[in-house]
Amino acid sequence: MSIAWHGLLSSIDATEAGLQGAGYIANRQISTALYLAHHLRKPILVEGPAGVGKTELAKAAASWLGLSLIRMQCYEGLDESKALYEWKYGKQLLYTQILKDRLGSVLGEEPGMEAAMRRLHGVSDLFFSEEFLEPRPLLRALREPGGAVLLIDEVDKADQEFEAFLLELLSDYQVSIPEIGTVKADIAPIVLLTSNSMRDLGDALKRRCLHLHIGLPDARLEARIIASRVPDAAEDLRRQLVAFVQQLRGLDLKKLPSVSETIDWARVLVLLHAAQLDHAMVRDTLNVLLKFESDIEAVQPQIADLLLKAKREAVPVR
Amino acid sequence: MASASMEGPLLDFFRAARSAGLRISPAESIDATRAAQVVGFADRDRLRDTLAIVMAKTVEEKREFGAIFDLFFKRGHFSAGAEPETEAPPGPQPPPGGEAGGGEGEGNGGGGGPLAEMLLAGDQAALAAAVERAGQEAGLSNIALFTQVNLFTRRILERMGLQALERAITAAPEAERTGRLRQGRDRLREQVKEFVEQNLALYARGETEAFRERMLTQTRLSAIDRRDHERMRLLVRAMARRLATQYGRNRKRDRRGVLDVRRTLRRNMGWDGIPFHTIWKQERIQKPKLVVLCDVSGSVAAIAQFLLLFLYSLNEALSDLHAFAFSGNLVDVSEILARNPIETAIPEVMARAGFGSSNYGMALADFEAAHMRLLDSHTTVIVLGDGRGNRTDPRTDILTRMADRSKQIVWLNPEYRTLWGTGDSDMLRYAPHCRVTAVCNTLQHLERVIGELLRDGG
Repeated sequence: MSIAWHGLLSSIDATEAGLQGAGYIANRQISTALYLAHHLRKPILVEGPAGVGKTELAKAAASWLGLSLIRMQCYEGLDESKALYEWKYGKQLLYTQILKDRLGSVLGEEPGMEAAMRRLHGVSDLFFSEEFLEPRPLLRALREPGGAVLLIDEVDKADQEFEAFLLELLSDYQVSIPEIGTVKADIAPIVLLTSNSMRDLGDALKRRCLHLHIGLPDARLEARIIASRVPDAAEDLRRQLVAFVQQLRGLDLKKLPSVSETIDWARVLVLLHAAQLDHAMVRDTLNVLLKFESDIEAVQPQIADLLLKAKREAVPVR
Repeated sequence: MASASMEGPLLDFFRAARSAGLRISPAESIDATRAAQVVGFADRDRLRDTLAIVMAKTVEEKREFGAIFDLFFKRGHFSAGAEPETEAPPGPQPPPGGEAGGGEGEGNGGGGGPLAEMLLAGDQAALAAAVERAGQEAGLSNIALFTQVNLFTRRILERMGLQALERAITAAPEAERTGRLRQGRDRLREQVKEFVEQNLALYARGETEAFRERMLTQTRLSAIDRRDHERMRLLVRAMARRLATQYGRNRKRDRRGVLDVRRTLRRNMGWDGIPFHTIWKQERIQKPKLVVLCDVSGSVAAIAQFLLLFLYSLNEALSDLHAFAFSGNLVDVSEILARNPIETAIPEVMARAGFGSSNYGMALADFEAAHMRLLDSHTTVIVLGDGRGNRTDPRTDILTRMADRSKQIVWLNPEYRTLWGTGDSDMLRYAPHCRVTAVCNTLQHLERVIGELLRDGG
């Protein structure tokens, strides 16, 4: 079977270049994982702190491969009627109401109870057919012609039972619906699961997945990410702000700023027409980077020092 | 073609990784083999990334994996193949010299067999390959104890044709060639020994570690050596993490018999609202709210620090935690423990409250005077102590009032039950007010008690 996007994943380097084309700067591990996910037909479990681009990876992969991204956000209490499929109860009821007379006339002609029952059996299957099936994200991803990128976001937030329910889907790319049978994907979708490590996931789930850990990036990678996502930021500014954020990560903070915060901060600075970091501007925009009052208070007295060091270090980052 | 010859080393690598404590199922090793075939063996960094993605499933495992990968492949498995075309890969190199017969046949001409040839030629690649092969034949990957190092070194050397070499050396002791041979032999012996030791590190580490850890969980905490404390802390953290994972989320339990009408109707909509499937109302199992009183006088201090470490590693499974330490007067140590990393916090707690002679009556009076408001109908009070108040007033009346205000009192005592009530022990006087009294002096006890507390929602 020749599918256009399969050709795109021909090598790890091609994968890295492709992701970069879609605006996602991937390190070696990330591109290797995506490459393997396709070639081994396995889902990727992506773990890492919030805001390092776990969800972004799925979006970039979908846009590069020209596939539709089907996203399922997990939460406590998520069950299969919301994740997989549901019957269109309203439509079923309506149809039975409308067809009542017809049904009566069909059955009325039959002599005896047994014959009528037999007739009815033939009819009842109509109501549990594809017509009345409301596909939810998981089923949609399997039935998408030409494949899809399925993102199961924050799977650690869902209940343990739901995790077990995912297993069949993840290992065989198929699901069983009691009334219809097994639905199997013609073309295996690329599946990404993300987790913030709120809790450890089960071994059964992990065994079925490739495991990718995305950590906070080093200065060089982060500078490339900023260059790609906020192209308007001047070179000087970019180096300085990356060096500044890198230093913040060395401090003892409640929540370390991650890449998404750096990007936001860069955007803010660009909006403010900054060409350089300066003390007042950093102080005023610190709340973009740090999300806790106590963190901001801890950093504020050190801004001058950090800034000085950032400017000194900014030069070698290439 | 290349991949087929690499499967042997990969299998050995899986074994090494398993013995280092990575859990690799057969399915995962199949995946890893497939992945390695897809990616190829030419680029070692890439192979490392690939195997890490397939085999290591947590951050700690990835770190562990990196170490074991480097240790394993440093031994020169792929070194010849990794730099393409500098030398032929070790596979089709000269005969191994492992077959003693072949070696001796040539030995008559003063040669000493292929081993001597290799030594004289200084062909390190061929030697490495021969060592590797002899190691495989000698079953080196089964090595388990450091006492086996010499045994395996000897076996490998013998398989490589040491005898023929020795004979050549003794046959012509004066020749210049013999001097070089002798030198070569000594160096080879060192190399083989080093190789065996590497393998020991690789294959046997996990087993000894696992054994030690099992021992440590069952040893009395007060008897544990200071040098094992670091390892104990890791163990405690791992236990706490396991419990926290299990109980850290909001859990619910069905209250059978009370129908949840709304959800039942929703569930049965497809059957026109006829309730085929009933759904019961659920109640939340609450996370425990704990108040801990730790005796940190000399006799109980060792256990107190592990209890505190345990509880503070559980944070997401608990809704609230207050810790007090006492030997005479009661000191509120929640602040110190919450603010500092536990390694520095524990000594500080000890310095502030520890190592006096215990006075339970005074500590309880202090608690009643200042902290009674912490207790409500959801709070569990954990007291850790031997109940030996040095013949001071036990003040059981205060414990009674605490029991009335709180949900329950759990008393953990490091002494065995038979000793309770002997000498100056007031344990039997305290016991009637406690819902649970338990002996607790090993890590296993600690885990069991805390686990039960979490399960029932303290």
